[in-house]
Amino acid sequence: MLTKWFVPRPPSLTPHKTFLLIARFLWETNRNPIAKILGLDYNMINEINEDSSVLTILDKITKDDDPESEIKMKIALLLKQLDLHLLNRSLKNISLEIRLNPGTVKNDIELLKRFSGKGEQTALESIEYTSDYEFSNGCRAPPWRQIQGEICYVLVKPHDAETLCITCSKEGVFLNGGKTDDEGEINYERKGEIYKDLVTLLREKSAIFSENMSQQEVRFNEEQQKEKDQPNEAPEEEAATLHKASTAFRRSALEKKQVSLGRSQMTKRLEPSLNWKTTVDARENKSSLRDTQEEKHGGRLEKSRPSTSPGRAQLIRKSAEKIEEIISESSSESEEDEEPPDHLQESNADLPSEYWQIQKLVKYLKGGNQTATAIALCSMKDFNLAQETCQLAIRDVGGLEVLINLLETDEVKCQIGSLKILKEISHNPQIRRHIVDLGGLPAMLNILDSPHKSLKCLAAETIANVAKFKRAWRAVRRHGGITKLVALLDWRQHSTEAARRSLYEARDGEVARCGALALWSCSKSYANKEAIRRAGGIPLLARLLKTSQESTLIPVVGTLQECASQENYRAAIKAEGIIENLVKNLSSGNEHLQECCAMAICQCAEDEETRDLVRLRGGLKPLASLLSNTDNKQRLAAVTGAIWKCSISKENVTKLREYKAIEALVGLLTDQPEEVLVNAVGALGECCREPEGRVTVRKRGGVQPLVDLLVSTNRALLVNVTKAVGACAVEPESMMIIDHLDGVRLLWSLLKNPHPDVKASAAWALCPCIQNAKDAGEMVRSFVGGLELVVNLLKSDNKEVLASVCAAITNIAKDQENLAVLTDHGVVPLLSKLANTTDDKLRRHLAEAISRCCTWGRNRVAFGKHRAVAPLVQYLKSNDTSVHRATAQALYQLSEDADNCITMHENGAVKGSSALSGVKSPCLCFSSFPLTHGLREQSDETGRGERGDTKIRRRRDRKSL
Amino acid sequence: MNRKKLQKLTDSLTKNCKHFNKFEVKCLLNLFYNLVGDVTEWQSVVVGLDRNAFRNILHVTFGMTDDMIMDRVFRGFDKDNDGCITVSEWVHGLSVFLRGTLEEKMKYCFDVFDLNGDGFVSKEEIFHMLKNSLLKQPSEEDPDEGVKDLVEITLKKMDHDHDGKLSFADYEQAVREETLLLEAFGPCLPDPKSQKEFEAQVFKDPNEFNEV
Repeated sequence: MLTKWFVPRPPSLTPHKTFLLIARFLWETNRNPIAKILGLDYNMINEINEDSSVLTILDKITKDDDPESEIKMKIALLLKQLDLHLLNRSLKNISLEIRLNPGTVKNDIELLKRFSGKGEQTALESIEYTSDYEFSNGCRAPPWRQIQGEICYVLVKPHDAETLCITCSKEGVFLNGGKTDDEGEINYERKGEIYKDLVTLLREKSAIFSENMSQQEVRFNEEQQKEKDQPNEAPEEEAATLHKASTAFRRSALEKKQVSLGRSQMTKRLEPSLNWKTTVDARENKSSLRDTQEEKHGGRLEKSRPSTSPGRAQLIRKSAEKIEEIISESSSESEEDEEPPDHLQESNADLPSEYWQIQKLVKYLKGGNQTATAIALCSMKDFNLAQETCQLAIRDVGGLEVLINLLETDEVKCQIGSLKILKEISHNPQIRRHIVDLGGLPAMLNILDSPHKSLKCLAAETIANVAKFKRAWRAVRRHGGITKLVALLDWRQHSTEAARRSLYEARDGEVARCGALALWSCSKSYANKEAIRRAGGIPLLARLLKTSQESTLIPVVGTLQECASQENYRAAIKAEGIIENLVKNLSSGNEHLQECCAMAICQCAEDEETRDLVRLRGGLKPLASLLSNTDNKQRLAAVTGAIWKCSISKENVTKLREYKAIEALVGLLTDQPEEVLVNAVGALGECCREPEGRVTVRKRGGVQPLVDLLVSTNRALLVNVTKAVGACAVEPESMMIIDHLDGVRLLWSLLKNPHPDVKASAAWALCPCIQNAKDAGEMVRSFVGGLELVVNLLKSDNKEVLASVCAAITNIAKDQENLAVLTDHGVVPLLSKLANTTDDKLRRHLAEAISRCCTWGRNRVAFGKHRAVAPLVQYLKSNDTSVHRATAQALYQLSEDADNCITMHENGAVKGSSALSGVKSPCLCFSSFPLTHGLREQSDETGRGERGDTKIRRRRDRKSL
Repeated sequence: MNRKKLQKLTDSLTKNCKHFNKFEVKCLLNLFYNLVGDVTEWQSVVVGLDRNAFRNILHVTFGMTDDMIMDRVFRGFDKDNDGCITVSEWVHGLSVFLRGTLEEKMKYCFDVFDLNGDGFVSKEEIFHMLKNSLLKQPSEEDPDEGVKDLVEITLKKMDHDHDGKLSFADYEQAVREETLLLEAFGPCLPDPKSQKEFEAQVFKDPNEFNEV
């Protein structure tokens, strides 16, 4: 209310002293009049005007005398002004970051433009506005969209993705519906999440962008920083460090350009700082250690997967100076430690205390004799090395280099201590990569030659941890590691050795265990599998399998299982009698071991002899009994896999039925993960080939869940499910259930599946369905467009699909009406086109389909016209009797047309078919007899052909009948 | 010394020593008398190796360098503290030194580290032993700061009863947790490589003429 006095009374009119008093009173009681009157929002905006108005008032006062109070007043006003100025400034900064405005968006885009272009180093390929016209308020969106808060639209083409059409609005940045091709209109609909700014969005969408950005990030931030004018009130100290940092950075950036192999070095050098950055960020918000760790963890994830946390982009910007600070640290450190990083210790005082302790210990490692080194190593081992903070701290203070260096000394104690630490921290993927980068693997492989067993063990265990990715596998192999590791497996009981065990010795079994562990890790690469085999690893693994130590058995079986994907391994496994031991270990108490054994059996049981071996060694019973324990899903998947592969042999199915495995498998059809389902359904499909199996499945209510699974999307599962449903459909009673559940329609729709193996499997499954369904013809007709779909599948170029579709057509064509529809859809020319195939399976089903299709209208003549007859005659030369039978039937059907007979005769059908007469197959002779019979008659009519010859044949045919 | 006496000495020493067999004891005796010199000249005086001769062996054969530790090792061998290692002290000492069990070695090492023999390894003793373990950095204000810190680290790790000094129980517990701490304050046992070389050399040479 006091302000009211203030306004109506111009200062020049009031007496001097009164005014001063009033003014002072005003300032003291009401420090921000405008905000009070108009609300807080206006505070900032009117600040500057107010400042100047107050100053003009002051100027007016100065015209009068009384210097003392004048100075007082002036100081008070200046202080106030400064205060407001600071507040204003920080508010402005904050408000910039909380909401996007045209200015920031423009800045972002301009900057990104600088980083885009062709070539691998750039962040983006291109970034463009959709519209060139910029409104006076800085927006580019059309006015009716500006109302929605939208600023502009940009087209961004990252290196590794399609062009993204992005809306920048005041709320944030998001993907929109894209630009429609024809009219160039933008679909304004929001299509994705809202991100804080453009950079965050692009990081999420493009891996290359985020990767390249993380390299360029600092530069980006630096420029961004410059673009905003440097705030004057930044503390001098900070400005100084910033300056130092940026010069250091520029220096290193220069190196990057000059040194040819600088790139990898550069990234390596930048790595630690990028990592600590997040900690620095965290420090700004939270001080508790726990939070710091969490944040740091989050930061780690972001490295591989771009950020989704909205706050991070701001934080990066805010802490840009600090990041650079740390960069200056890491680069100077890696150069020559020229200046003691005193200022850093001040600024990083909030890093976890472990960081500093570890840094100190690493210092002792570097500058101590073996006694000090051993003490430092022991002390370092006492840290919680499973914790990421400690792992990364060791790396960031240069501890990995020292630890790996210690491996190369011949000081056993130091090697042991170093390996003990490396073993723990190498659980961290980043550390693993770093160890490999620093050449840690060759050093460890050298240690494998050491006479000290415990040292060997530690080295092998560490290798097992480190060798989890491609580059490491290669490094192990290149340095002859596989041979050395295989040598560790060579374990014989030395009784003399046991008596004289020195300080650093371990049990021989332990060495073998660690060796197997390392091999297990390495055996995930194809070349390493080969190397293990060549190094003679299989017999050694086989021998180790005979031990009873579970801890050794697991890596051994794990390695075998990994390697059994190779054909030659499977042969060797069979030859070495490994199956027996695998079977034996199925009954062990260790779930992991059981899982590995089941996996190994699953891999090996591709081979028929192996399947028999599993049965003969009594492996099916433990497998079947493991089905009842469904808690451990991984083991369950392995066990069902093993059962599936084993059930390919009929004898195994009989055994499995005995062990009630089918019942258990049916129970697994619901509520299981896909990998279990695939295997369980596969096994059921095999079991249902036997009538008893089908009955069991039906009685146990297995048909319904199987049909339900027909709607799944997993390719492997679909192949198995269709197979199983097809197998069940052989039994009329099951078929009724399938029909009732509309299973045939589901199968039919799977013919549209993009994967040929699913198509083929579905078509095969349809055959028994059509055979056994009641009113099959009516059912087939009820599928709208179904027959056309089938006919069109004949255009496929996959042999299996073609064969299965031919079989399906054979069954469909049993119904005359459907055959008529098939004919209308042009089945005859399509079948005729296939006639030239050499694939026996396809030939057989094709011949059957042709013979069936001949029964409609003028199809016989049509087949002749489409030149299907001559190639069919050639089928008689095939070695497959089922092809002969089908062909003979087809030729018989075709021979009712005189022209076809001529063609057949010209192609030597008589000779071919009579040659068949000698075959001891009554069925075949049945079909070949009418054929030759028909041929003879035709020949008689046409008066051509060698009559006598035919007569002789005829007599022979009779005889053979 | 005549043959019979030597035989008798060998037998009695072998009986008392569990880590060497008779042949090995014999080899060690031979080595001992080779080092000491002609026995007959020493009839009246105590026959043995003096401090310097022993330190020379430690230095040349086992690569030890730390004066203080070598002194302490000598003390460890010289059970009766007469400044001279007799033949039985020699064999017994080497038995622990080369082939001792962890327990024996712990006892031996603790005795080596317990400089004043009061049954405790005190902070000062640790400091004394670690004094030269770190590279001195001239830039630092207090050059011993690192060493002091190391002492604190070891005490923190090993002093389980928090009395500021290490008892044998403290030491034993720490070593059982982490074998690397056996020689925590300086190498006082042969490193495996030189041990192997020593054994190979000593137990092979006489072997040739003895067995043949």
